[in-house]
Amino acid sequence: MTIWHLILIASIASFALKFSGYLVPASVLERPIPSRIANLMTVALLAALISVQTLAGGQAIEIDARIPAVIVAGVLFALRVPFIVVIVAAAAVAAVIRLLT
Amino acid sequence: MARAEVPPPSAPDDDQDAEALERVQERGAIRSAIAVGIAVSAYGVSFGALAVAAGLDVWQACVLSLLMFTGGSQFALIGVIAAGGVAAAPAALVSSTLLGARNALYALRVAPFIGGGLGRKAVAAHFTIDETTAVATAQTTDRARRAGFWWTGIIIYVGWNITTLIGALLGDLMGDVRQYGLDAAAAAAFLGLIWPRLRTLQPIVVAIAAAAIAAVLTPWLPPGIPVLAAAVVAIVVGATNWFGPKPELVEPRTGVPS
Repeated sequence: MTIWHLILIASIASFALKFSGYLVPASVLERPIPSRIANLMTVALLAALISVQTLAGGQAIEIDARIPAVIVAGVLFALRVPFIVVIVAAAAVAAVIRLLT
Repeated sequence: MARAEVPPPSAPDDDQDAEALERVQERGAIRSAIAVGIAVSAYGVSFGALAVAAGLDVWQACVLSLLMFTGGSQFALIGVIAAGGVAAAPAALVSSTLLGARNALYALRVAPFIGGGLGRKAVAAHFTIDETTAVATAQTTDRARRAGFWWTGIIIYVGWNITTLIGALLGDLMGDVRQYGLDAAAAAAFLGLIWPRLRTLQPIVVAIAAAAIAAVLTPWLPPGIPVLAAAVVAIVVGATNWFGPKPELVEPRTGVPS
């Protein structure tokens, strides 16, 4: 699979999911268990991505400047700082730490 | 937002007032759409830059925003590719698709007031994301809901694609992205997407467990697979409703754009 194949197939899958909600009767998808799983799926995958993006270096766990950067981002999100500002701040924290060490 | 005072239940000769009120509500929906649309469009810059940092070229980053158009899935796809390269493409496909599952539920909520034929539904489907659903379902009349949905969708679609291009071009100029902390920015972006959902115990427990499982499995499995393994937490907790709200309570819905 090349990157282009991935982009096209994943986009089709993404559209199919969105479109299914317009075609399938609400009773099929809105039962408590499937809708709870779909909502929790979002949380689980995002949390796993945060974890891997912060800690993994290839197939090893690496403790580096990403950890303080993510902690700063968490504090700023808690203070309701706008998304784009937090992203820039997190990058800046990691960049400065790498510059100094 | 609509004015605070609510008119008394309408008498037969109140048609003009009702029409005026509907228009006020519609304008309120459009104002929300513009505010949310501009704020969200801005972080297309971070998506574009991170996509290039992950190894996509500028074209690929732009086509992804044009065709996929759902931020969480796009970030997931490039996140897995950044970790595992092209070899991790199947895992990237599955993660981005699972992350898009919530859009099917959003579609159920907006379908009743979108109406129209298959063509209109198909366009609406492409625009069915966190933000359009949040703005539309926050309105009180179907007319305002439709206005909120379409205005938010169009503004974000145009804005997100333009800012993706800008970010991708910037990312291309930067070279070594770790030097600029872009790898940490990617983690912060995921944190921003999950933040509005962590309001009750159940999602918080799921998030912590999923993060722990992904970290523990990282040294043992190929890149991308630990993220998928963490999805099992959602299935188990969702099926059993551990840590969930009591049955008589309606499940809270996140009304905040993420």
